[in-house]
Amino acid sequence: MRLWWNKIWPPLVAVLFLLGIWQLSTSLFEIEKWILPSPINIAREVLTESSRLWEHTLATVKLTGIGFTIGTSVGLLIAIVLHSIPFLKSALYPLLILSQNVPTIALAPLLMIWFGFGLLPKIIVITLVCFFPVAIAMMSGLRQTDPIMLSYMRMIGASKRQIFVKLELPHALPSIFSGIKIAATYSVMGAVIAEWIGSDKGIGYYMMLQKSSYRTDRVFIAISIIVMLSLTMFAIIALLEKWFVRWNRRQES
Amino acid sequence: MLESPIQQYPNIRGEVTSVAPALKVTDIHKSFNRRQQGLPVLKGVSLTVEQGEFVSIVGPSGCGKSTLFHIVGGLVQPDSGKVWMNGHEVTGERGHISFMPQQPALFPWRTIEDNVILAQEVKGISKREARRDARKWIAKVGLSGFEEAYPHMLSGGMQQRASFLRALLSPEELMCLDEPFSALDALTRSDMQRWLLDIWEENRRSVLLITHNIEEALLLSNRIYVFSSRPGTVLQEIAVPFPRPRREEITEDPTFLALKRDLSNWMKEEQHKMQILR
Ligand SMILES: Nc1ncnc2c1ncn2[C@@H]1O[C@H](COP(=O)(O)OP(=O)(O)O)[C@@H](O)[C@H]1O
Ligand SMILES: [Mg+2]
Repeated sequence: MRLWWNKIWPPLVAVLFLLGIWQLSTSLFEIEKWILPSPINIAREVLTESSRLWEHTLATVKLTGIGFTIGTSVGLLIAIVLHSIPFLKSALYPLLILSQNVPTIALAPLLMIWFGFGLLPKIIVITLVCFFPVAIAMMSGLRQTDPIMLSYMRMIGASKRQIFVKLELPHALPSIFSGIKIAATYSVMGAVIAEWIGSDKGIGYYMMLQKSSYRTDRVFIAISIIVMLSLTMFAIIALLEKWFVRWNRRQES
Repeated sequence: MLESPIQQYPNIRGEVTSVAPALKVTDIHKSFNRRQQGLPVLKGVSLTVEQGEFVSIVGPSGCGKSTLFHIVGGLVQPDSGKVWMNGHEVTGERGHISFMPQQPALFPWRTIEDNVILAQEVKGISKREARRDARKWIAKVGLSGFEEAYPHMLSGGMQQRASFLRALLSPEELMCLDEPFSALDALTRSDMQRWLLDIWEENRRSVLLITHNIEEALLLSNRIYVFSSRPGTVLQEIAVPFPRPRREEITEDPTFLALKRDLSNWMKEEQHKMQILR
């Protein structure tokens, strides 16, 4: 507990210090509110907007959750399939890498044209940003299975399935989690982008709306909420990792 | 005509039985391809392990001992030659031996208890049943209190004991141990040898042990095969005459010392040949 506190307080002080400077400079240099609102202004706005914010945040959380779950599952599935069929892997792996050079933001309008403004195109956007880090991390984790343990399993007559479940999968778990952690933060970004392009709710939509009426203070609120959502997703996955990979001493040190 | 693996064998007590040997390999040849060149590793190796017999292989490093194990375990296909177990041909088949690799190869995400039941699990024995057995044995090999510990919390000697126990608890009759103690310091090593001697004399499993420690081979084995340098062939087959149960004092017996000297000389010669070849 004490150690945790020792780690936490220096960045906390730094953040408070920066907020102080921000507050001071806005009043000192008389910066216009629509260019840079002061932290106190923003905080006040949170209170007046709270019910609307809550509604939009909830919509984004829901979209992120669904998209992240589907995207991660697709990533895991792709990794498992490509790992167990080497031919497919050598055929599709380069395409997979190539697919990441298409910026999601450019693809999103196209998806809207094809699939309309419902849930489906948004989930596709999030899936596209989520599956890749998971699939790549899992495949590299599976490929790095300890060769001594692998030949041990073969010698004692373990089937392919047993080797996968008892050796390769747990061995790849730390890699899988590092992929999922990246996907977790990407999923929030994916959801916001999807809401920008076509939606009538969610934090991304709210942000666009406020931008067009120069409510900079509310744009700041939206950004803070997005950051907090990302951090929360990351923290949840990190906790899960701690539980699932508790045997891993190297992780701790 | 297929050669029959079931023959009349005198066992260690000199009685003739008609039980098929636990392991019989006949005329194994194997080369690896390396830089477009064949590297002959085993050249006509034949050996047997009778039921309940402790047999060792000693030979210079790089002479193909581990490769022979991989062939017996079905991991590597021999170029020619056959592997028989209990009278059945099993060349290239996996899952017929219990195996202890050169490195402990314990799974870091499994507790010690779950590690030692791994071979049973792979054989389809239920975890609950396997654990019941394991608890008793973990105490017997001096690991009690470490049932729930992860491998990295154990010393090298303790890890080797867990790895040995994993092989011992495997339902397969024949145990193949590949230099189980080579990574340990001298003191731990002689502890482990005495410990293995006691455990084996209680259980009398069929064992094939690879070692480059001559004293270890003499102390533990009924018979010893001496391998030549690469390509490996059987140079000598030595019966170790000491009765069971053995005590550590036999290491000071004149016969023991004479055997040790002979074996050392052969080994030195082979090691020397190996260096000239390089
Ligand atoms: N899969 C392989 N491919 C190529 N060469 C190998 C392979 N496995 C072993 N060798 C070579 O065969 C020789 C014998 O190896 P090994 O059986 O491990 O020897 P030992 O266990 O007696 O020390 C060594 O020169 C090794 O480099
Ligand atoms: Mg070896």
